[in-house]
Amino acid sequence: MEWVINGAERRIPVEIDGVKLLPYRGPFVTPPQRERKYGARLYHLSRPGQQKILRSIEEAVKRVGLTDGMTISFHHHFRNGDRVMNMVLETLERMGFKNLTIAPSSLFPCQEEVLLRCLKNGVVKHIEGGGLRGKIGRYVSEGNLERPVRIRSHGGRVRAIEAGELHIDVAFIGAPTADEMGNLTGVYGPSACGPLSYSMADALYADRVVAITDNLVPFPLDRFSISMEYVDYVVVVDKIGNPEDIVFGSLKVTSSPTRLKIAKDAVRLAYETGYVKEGFTFQAGAGGISLAFVNFLAELMREKGIRARWANGGTTSYLVDMLREDLVEYLTTAQAFDLTAIDSMRVDKNHLEVSIGFYANPHNKGTLVNLLDLAVLGATEVDENFNVNTVTYSSGYLAEPVGGHSDVAAGSKLTIITVPLIRGRFPSVVEEVTTVVTPGETVDAVVTERGIAINPRREDLLERLEGSDLPIRDIEELRREAYSLTGGKKEPPFGEKIAALVEYRDGTIIDVVREVKT
Amino acid sequence: MRLRRSRLYVPGNNPSMLVNAGVYGADVLTFDLEDSVSPGEKLAARLLVGELLKEKTVDFGRSEVTVRINPLSTPYGKKDLLEIVCERLEGIYLPKTESEEDVIKLDELLTRLEEEKGLEVGRIKLFAIIETAKGVLNAYQIASASKRLEAITIGGEDLTADLGGERTPDGMTLFTARQMILLAARAAGVQALDTVYSDIKDSDGLYQEAVTVRKMGYDGKAAIHPSQIEVIHRAFTPTEEEIEYARRVIEALETAKKEGSGVAALGSKMIDRPIVKRAERILERAKAAGLLSREE
Repeated sequence: MEWVINGAERRIPVEIDGVKLLPYRGPFVTPPQRERKYGARLYHLSRPGQQKILRSIEEAVKRVGLTDGMTISFHHHFRNGDRVMNMVLETLERMGFKNLTIAPSSLFPCQEEVLLRCLKNGVVKHIEGGGLRGKIGRYVSEGNLERPVRIRSHGGRVRAIEAGELHIDVAFIGAPTADEMGNLTGVYGPSACGPLSYSMADALYADRVVAITDNLVPFPLDRFSISMEYVDYVVVVDKIGNPEDIVFGSLKVTSSPTRLKIAKDAVRLAYETGYVKEGFTFQAGAGGISLAFVNFLAELMREKGIRARWANGGTTSYLVDMLREDLVEYLTTAQAFDLTAIDSMRVDKNHLEVSIGFYANPHNKGTLVNLLDLAVLGATEVDENFNVNTVTYSSGYLAEPVGGHSDVAAGSKLTIITVPLIRGRFPSVVEEVTTVVTPGETVDAVVTERGIAINPRREDLLERLEGSDLPIRDIEELRREAYSLTGGKKEPPFGEKIAALVEYRDGTIIDVVREVKT
Repeated sequence: MRLRRSRLYVPGNNPSMLVNAGVYGADVLTFDLEDSVSPGEKLAARLLVGELLKEKTVDFGRSEVTVRINPLSTPYGKKDLLEIVCERLEGIYLPKTESEEDVIKLDELLTRLEEEKGLEVGRIKLFAIIETAKGVLNAYQIASASKRLEAITIGGEDLTADLGGERTPDGMTLFTARQMILLAARAAGVQALDTVYSDIKDSDGLYQEAVTVRKMGYDGKAAIHPSQIEVIHRAFTPTEEEIEYARRVIEALETAKKEGSGVAALGSKMIDRPIVKRAERILERAKAAGLLSREE
């Protein structure tokens, strides 16, 4: 195999499976590789009296002409409460399908059992996209797939769809409310999940679109996220998801004193560098530290009388509280993380639903991440070049999603990574991350409980922080401390096979993930 | 004497808490081998804290590093000392101190250990925790018992139990004891440190109590959770008016010195030694809170 060193100083194969790979060169270097967007197939001559309602997924599968080897997609708005993917896969298994590729926007533990079975019995052959955690992450990391998975950021997934690199034959869209013509929304219905942002590109670019709902209403819907123009069929089932399980992972403010300190210092850093000011914009993800950050930020804004123009979510009740208190003028939501966020979308006219393309696609004519002043993001590891890993821990196994990490880091004026310097017995600040997901040139600061490192590229920040009593330290110094406390980082037992390619948001390859030998 | 506004107790048997203890900016860290460690864990905690101090891998920032040992009357106290006395240890908190003999005994043991281990004799400071009625009544003798002794402090929970009372939000149960300990400390020329505030969620209550004891004259207050440190520091941070006043006192004193005058005055008020002392304490706290530039 022929290799090159890319712009993140990683070894990348020149081609794989006969497909040439573009090495990563920089966050804003590689332009789109095609002149035109990819187009979905034209199918219909819409006639009066057209019937879209079907009684079963099986019938829909037959009508759309799904065949072995095709690619099907799903959204993850139900997070760990999703029932749609399991329903569809079990139907396809029963019908005897083989060698399918699934292209979900993310995967959750509730899908592990069925998906693993389908991977082992050949119904599903390949996975496109990120969100490889738990047993699926392990399965992929152990080199069980024939071809490497392309791990993409949220924005990168939409880019790949628009460029035709990720072609979807049939999109199955779980729709909490649908009318009989296939106008779809996630804010109404017994299984409301909030936005349908992840499915918007799928609806536009997939050859066929099947909506699956448990709440069919008469036309018209007073608001919809996906229009009937793009929907072939609507299947009505008993239940598509459990909204209670949308709350997944660490969606509570941390009670750990070290993590609280990290959150507090991150707020101080953002304020002292001048990014928290009247009319600013921000995004902070879920996770204990980020939520604590939002709370401390709200406290500071209240105290100083500062109001944000908008904040983007991954929306939680903490952001909704800020909207209600008028600390934030507008909320934009691409994903709801709890039921409060969904309720707020339904009633608050300043709470806007946005598509993932609008939010993060780098090949758009305009994208939300580029308007961010301040972003706070997590990491599994950060290295001395400020490169960030979000997908693997030091075990080497794929365990966490990318989400919008690299999109937001690239767009935001100040990108702060919050991470405990040590987790258990392992250092989080290392010489070289196991996997590069977000390149160091898009990261401005790393906040740990034992000090804050500023990217030397940001001399302006260092100047602004002169005289500050924040614990500013060199990143190498932090790394040395982490190593002396833990005994350093051990190389995972990697094999030769490439289990996954980490695709940067612009379509270039920033790193590879090797199989872990067991 | 060293600034000791906040003093964080860290359970001696919890490795991650011990490793992270230095990151919160407490003036004093007290690794606890006594009440927060159950009898079955005593040995493990002693070895863990001993290793932590000897290894020197973990940085505790600018915090003073101290250990609360078990009382010497228990089977653990002496063993604790053997394990923890080393280069890095800066102070020992002795719980249940009731008489000057308790302090003298510890001082002698410590001196012998320092000699045996080749450490500078007398460098490790002593702090007496007074938590019985008898201890309160002997507070002055305790505070004067050793050159190493730098502060006496009150153990609120145990003392309340010994008194047969209950802790109330207004602090009345401990009012006299706090006064007596403060009197004893000042008479002996050592610091007076206050007890913990046990409701870790009630930061307003903690702030009120800390302000009250500061106004009484206390030098600092203990914390049982890292989140309390910032609140305590806030309570012990002087107001702008106080800082301004203290600056003027020091200025007047310096002008008087320059002019060769033996008497300094601020307006019509004479500046005597206690006023200077108070002003210095205010400025020291202001500096610790980052309100003064480094040169001041």
